[in-house]
Amino acid sequence: MRTAVPVERAPTLVIEPGRRFAAFQLKEFWQYRELLYFLIWRDVKVRYKQTVLGAAWAILQPLATAAVFTIFFGRLAGIPSDGVPYPLFAYAGLLVWTFFAQGLTQSSASVVGSANLITKVYFPRLVIPFAAVLSGLVDLAVATPLLVVMMAHYGVWPGASIVAAPFVLVLALLAVTGVGLWLSALNVEYRDVRFVVPFLVQLWLFVTPVIYPASVVIPRLERVGVPGWVLGLNPMAGVVEGFRWAALGRGTAPVSLISASAVVAIALCVTGALYFRSVERSFADVV
Amino acid sequence: MSAPAIRVSGLSKRFRIGERVRYKSLRESIQNAVKAPFRRGRRAEETIWALRDVSFEVASGEVVGVIGRNGAGKSTLLKVLARITEPTEGRVELRGRVGSLLEIGTGFHMELTGRENIYLSGAILGMRRAEIERRFDEIVAFAEVERFLDTPVKHYSTGMYLRLAFAVAAHLEPEILLVDEVLAVGDAAFQKKCLGKMSDAARRERTVLFVSHNLAAVRALCGRTMLLQGGKLQAVGRSGDVIETYLSLLADPRSDGIGAEYPRSRHFRSCVARSADGSPTAQVTMGAPLALDIALRDLPDYSNVVVGASFWRSDGTKAFGFNTAMLGKVFSGRDLGNATVRCQIHALTVTPGTYQVTLSLTNGADYIEQIEDAIHITVVGDDIYGSGFLVSADFGVSYVQGDWTILGRG
Repeated sequence: MRTAVPVERAPTLVIEPGRRFAAFQLKEFWQYRELLYFLIWRDVKVRYKQTVLGAAWAILQPLATAAVFTIFFGRLAGIPSDGVPYPLFAYAGLLVWTFFAQGLTQSSASVVGSANLITKVYFPRLVIPFAAVLSGLVDLAVATPLLVVMMAHYGVWPGASIVAAPFVLVLALLAVTGVGLWLSALNVEYRDVRFVVPFLVQLWLFVTPVIYPASVVIPRLERVGVPGWVLGLNPMAGVVEGFRWAALGRGTAPVSLISASAVVAIALCVTGALYFRSVERSFADVV
Repeated sequence: MSAPAIRVSGLSKRFRIGERVRYKSLRESIQNAVKAPFRRGRRAEETIWALRDVSFEVASGEVVGVIGRNGAGKSTLLKVLARITEPTEGRVELRGRVGSLLEIGTGFHMELTGRENIYLSGAILGMRRAEIERRFDEIVAFAEVERFLDTPVKHYSTGMYLRLAFAVAAHLEPEILLVDEVLAVGDAAFQKKCLGKMSDAARRERTVLFVSHNLAAVRALCGRTMLLQGGKLQAVGRSGDVIETYLSLLADPRSDGIGAEYPRSRHFRSCVARSADGSPTAQVTMGAPLALDIALRDLPDYSNVVVGASFWRSDGTKAFGFNTAMLGKVFSGRDLGNATVRCQIHALTVTPGTYQVTLSLTNGADYIEQIEDAIHITVVGDDIYGSGFLVSADFGVSYVQGDWTILGRG
């Protein structure tokens, strides 16, 4: 008989069918934080490989879109912009919008795209969509200095409202994570998600006050007896309006809008995580 | 006496074969809705038990082999233990950190450099960053890729890639290691190196569960071996004994080794070996003709489909490979569709022994699907030279037909 290694003290792992793990496996998620870090790092490293412009794409995308919006919506259609120069208005909105749209696109495809990992090795599956969303923060960080440059150019400075910016970004993170969790898990079972996503992103842009300010919509809603915060049921409405208010410092805090968005974003996150956890056990069999 | 490192009781896993259609889409949902009246009842029945009521214990520090034919449930067992897939019934208790090595190169990314992949793959396999850093030089030395550390692995040769991928995995140090058939790749030198690393693990008192078709490796590494057959634990005991049981099971012409079906394969339906008179067989005389009738299904519309079969000895040596491209025959997926193809071997010029046949489908250079150990063929000895001499495997994998004569007497 060999001398036994002292494994008695090692924790015993029990595998049983239908065993419900602690709802969000937060402890285990924490144990795998290094994996989360490496997956984010991989996504960032690989994203701009073999591109000529590299990370400049992170700036070019919102910038080019802002330029087109400025010409067609700002100049030709004369859409108001809450007293902020339209290019600045559009770029600030597109900055957070791009983060959301990219995060949604990347995370919805993330689980299916990691099929080779899921069928070969165990780790908390939640790490995958989280990594996809969080890697978008790097693009956001790359594109943000241009906003500061534009603000300096137009002489627009935020006041104390800037302290709210991090909270708005957390709200954006919650919103995209919530939607990403739902779509990434649904995509495993229903590959239709792949076709829905581009379409969804496009439509979502139009119902979100990116091109136009919420101030053109809310009075009309109120005129027909609908309270303005209803617009905030779209979590990105609160994020975009909130971010513009926080960063550009014009107008008053859109408190009711942000509150409504925060409630929806948190609800999406919680239900998304629950749904993801309830189907992840069959991922390896289906993906 | 310490508690066992692995305790498995009453473990079962059921797969729905209907899930062969790997994912749903709206179009399929509509199609199914149309066909629903005819299909639903049948579909619900189409399940198979990949594992059925398997119970065993592995003491800590023990190295146990798992053998069995394709579809016997070996890989499913490891996937359940590795928490990749969930059991349908039963219970598993694992004491200690579990590491699984079910594939060479899990988590490797072609665009990243060797150095970057060591960190990435290490993290995915469950190593901590500090651990990877500590063992980094060792991994690089083992893989012999020092000069190419900062080259993207897409520029690596297959051999370099395999060495690096195995090196990372081999430096995992869990208390329980689950290994599946990862040694079946690479050249002989590489395989030897991998086996050496495996026996290191065994010496370091780690608990190892080792799935392999390479019976020689199982015999050398594992004290005990389990034999799975049709999802059930058929035998467990000293490796030598269990391997004998397995070989006699394969050699028995009455065993169901005559033909095999692959309900979980995407494109292979079944394979039947036939002797010269066309009757199904699992046993042929050396030098005799042999036909393999391979039934395919649901072949996608690829343009350069090549079907192949290769014969392997139980010690892991490849006897030969034979495919349609060698004959200049390349098919389109549409032609093959659900066809049955015949591989006719005019003379099986190999020495006696049991051969495991690997079936493969490729599209140009890309693998579509491969089934290792798809069917077994036992080749029995014969007096081929008419001299009464029986050629054995000691003379090599193959034999030749020929003669020796004296040309002149000086």
